[in-house]
Amino acid sequence: MSKAADPTDTFRQEARELLEQLEQALLDLEQNPHDSDLVGSAFRALHTIKGSGAMFGFDEVAEFVHDFETAFDQVRKGKAEISPGLVTIALAAKDHIAQLIAEPGRHAAAGAPILEALRKILTASDTSMGEVAAGSVSDAGSSARTTWNIAFRLPEDALVLGTNPLLLLEELCALGTATVTARADRLPPIETMDPEASYLGWEVVLETDQGREAIEDVFIFLKDGMELTIAPVDVEESARAGPGPASSNGTPAAGRPARSAGSATPSGAKGNSSLRVPAERLDELMDRVGELVIAQARLSQIAAASDDASLKTVAEEIERLASGLRDTTMGIRMVPIGTLFGRFRRLVHDLSGELGKQVEFVTSGEETELDKTVIERLADPLVHIIRNSVDHGLENAQARATAGKATKGTVRLAAVHTGAEVAISISDDGAGLDAARIRQKAEEAGLIAPEARIADEDLYQLIFHPGFSTAREITSVSGRGVGMDVVKRTIESLRGAIDVASKPGEGTTVTLRLPLTLAIIEGMLVRVGKGRYSIPLSAVEECVELSASEADAAKGRNFLNIRGNLVPFLRLRELFRTQAPAELHQKVVIVSAGEQQVGLVVDQILGNSQTVIKSLSKLHADVETFSGATILGDGTVALILDVGHLVRFGQTFEERIRNSQIGRVA
Amino acid sequence: MNAAAIETDSGRRREADAMQALTLGLQDEVFAIAASGVREILDVVPITRVPNARPFVEGLINVRGRVVPLADLRVMFGMERTPPGPDTRIVVIEIDLDGEPTLAAILADRVHDVTDIEAASIEDAPRVGMRWPPEYVTGIGKRGDDFIIIPDMGRIFGDEGGRSPSLESQERNDS
Repeated sequence: MSKAADPTDTFRQEARELLEQLEQALLDLEQNPHDSDLVGSAFRALHTIKGSGAMFGFDEVAEFVHDFETAFDQVRKGKAEISPGLVTIALAAKDHIAQLIAEPGRHAAAGAPILEALRKILTASDTSMGEVAAGSVSDAGSSARTTWNIAFRLPEDALVLGTNPLLLLEELCALGTATVTARADRLPPIETMDPEASYLGWEVVLETDQGREAIEDVFIFLKDGMELTIAPVDVEESARAGPGPASSNGTPAAGRPARSAGSATPSGAKGNSSLRVPAERLDELMDRVGELVIAQARLSQIAAASDDASLKTVAEEIERLASGLRDTTMGIRMVPIGTLFGRFRRLVHDLSGELGKQVEFVTSGEETELDKTVIERLADPLVHIIRNSVDHGLENAQARATAGKATKGTVRLAAVHTGAEVAISISDDGAGLDAARIRQKAEEAGLIAPEARIADEDLYQLIFHPGFSTAREITSVSGRGVGMDVVKRTIESLRGAIDVASKPGEGTTVTLRLPLTLAIIEGMLVRVGKGRYSIPLSAVEECVELSASEADAAKGRNFLNIRGNLVPFLRLRELFRTQAPAELHQKVVIVSAGEQQVGLVVDQILGNSQTVIKSLSKLHADVETFSGATILGDGTVALILDVGHLVRFGQTFEERIRNSQIGRVA
Repeated sequence: MNAAAIETDSGRRREADAMQALTLGLQDEVFAIAASGVREILDVVPITRVPNARPFVEGLINVRGRVVPLADLRVMFGMERTPPGPDTRIVVIEIDLDGEPTLAAILADRVHDVTDIEAASIEDAPRVGMRWPPEYVTGIGKRGDDFIIIPDMGRIFGDEGGRSPSLESQERNDS
């Protein structure tokens, strides 16, 4: 087996997820202050952190959470209302807990003011009665002594896994007065009995003033697999221990506690089992699959050249299997982008408070999946863009009122698949980009010549220039002009692109376009001169032949008429300065990136193949036409064309032609 | 330890008694690179040209499944770049690029041997009067009657000079 993980790492990881759960619950509570399930969810997270923290020696954490829980308990008991102020303090507490875990021994003092603030706000709202629903939180909402019938049975492997039922019983007894009965009805005959298995069940009649949650808390670590029923009884009936859950009064469904506890497992099971795998293992797996694909390409080539029928059959089979394996492996690394979106809710919440603007945060396309590494690297750029939207894009309440807009600004985050790309867009309904000011700033900075004619979309791209900022003031959040160029570089390093669209007075939309997969793609092989190049098949629209008239470049028209559309084309022979003689009948591969298309003129189209993408070293970082390299079946290296770059290059090409033509006419 | 680090740190070099180096021939000259940075020596394999790359790193080769850039030191030293012959070899080395260890390959018209070069015999490259750009030479050693040039790999691979203009900058110049 692999070497044992450091137990504190396990705790940290679990704590991270629990804190995430806590944060989401708190943010949701702000929108739905009377949702008792959310309160329960927040509490379970806190409680688990406290228990695990104590177990792993994070005493500061256990202590702080305990104090926090005690104070926050008012909410659970329905004695205090959830208010935005309370949520903010609770979020601060969550941050503090994260700090205590990250750097133990240094931040304990910071906890006191948070607890103080919490107490203050709770005493203020103590007079108001909460309408916390009587669901799973508290049966009677009062602290009168109630008698409960508790029946539980542990899963058979519980003892082996370290659970000690005696401790559970002790905890129950500590809650009040209890009578415990063991149920031996499931004991198997002694010959088949496993001494390490748990066969006993227990029934406890408990009289306590602590309420149902205290009882549920005893079993909080054992949710999965155990049987548990908790039911209140009338005092008269509690005389003799009932042989099962009492059905005296209209109690909430007996099986509910176990079920609801089960559905709130902090490990976030969505009903299917999942497995935690170190990321390096996935990377290793990807590498193996990549090598397999290369070897399989070689095999296919050999099989194609041979006469052996059985070899051909096997080679085909292996190609099919390799393709399937590739798809499955890629699928493993795909993670829904929703995991990122959750983080931003907190960001927008905090920004809204910090900048004094009311913001509504809407997301869509959470299920859209992206490669794990891509998602991780997207986090920072998205944070920057969202910050900009809220800080610069959205106007303050007054300005919005004047403009006839709703007081609450909207920031919309959406993710969608479009063919070979994923498009992630951030839109705001704010003031939009001020093209004139961008232009002015750019001219001041010497980035553009004063007379140059520049389209608005290109002007907007200038905001990604290092140090560029049209902000009149620097807030704590943005304005220093540092964020956006980092954003652009990060997106480009992911072989993606950024588009900016804006309507003055209406809002701005920033769209990030990213390639779907990083490692293995289907490629179309072409020959230009003596070299072979691969074009990502997902970008290829169609292939046509270059007719004689179109080939007549002397007329200066490098355009194709494709069903009425004018598509610019690039002669790769010229681009690559090929010396070898040209093919008589050249072919054009029409590729697209987003909305735009360009035709690539090549000598020959060689066919499709699976392509394992290998990155180019830093020594070739300056060559923008290629996004990577691949190894062909015969062992030689072929370069992979960067379609996005070529399309953009083709567009500027087209612009120049158009401008020069206009010049000629004028 | 890698080739670049050893050769640019002349102080440390002086401390060692000898530098273990792989000597190779480029045109008429003998060069030496630190043996510790050498990963393998291959016969010539098909070289893929990278259009619009700097002449120094115009090629890519396949080294056991990895795509490795092929550099031609003759470019940096202004030598004639004769096509590969029967003695031509490809030396795969590990160099430090911006702090990251990277595999790279260099063409050699012939490979001699691995030898020790006495530290004492290594002299600084003369500032003037030398055929080769002095900024690319760490020192000149002597072995018998032969002069051995010790190239500054860190400088050579890190150097931005000799770049061919990228497509777009060319466009800008044209318009």
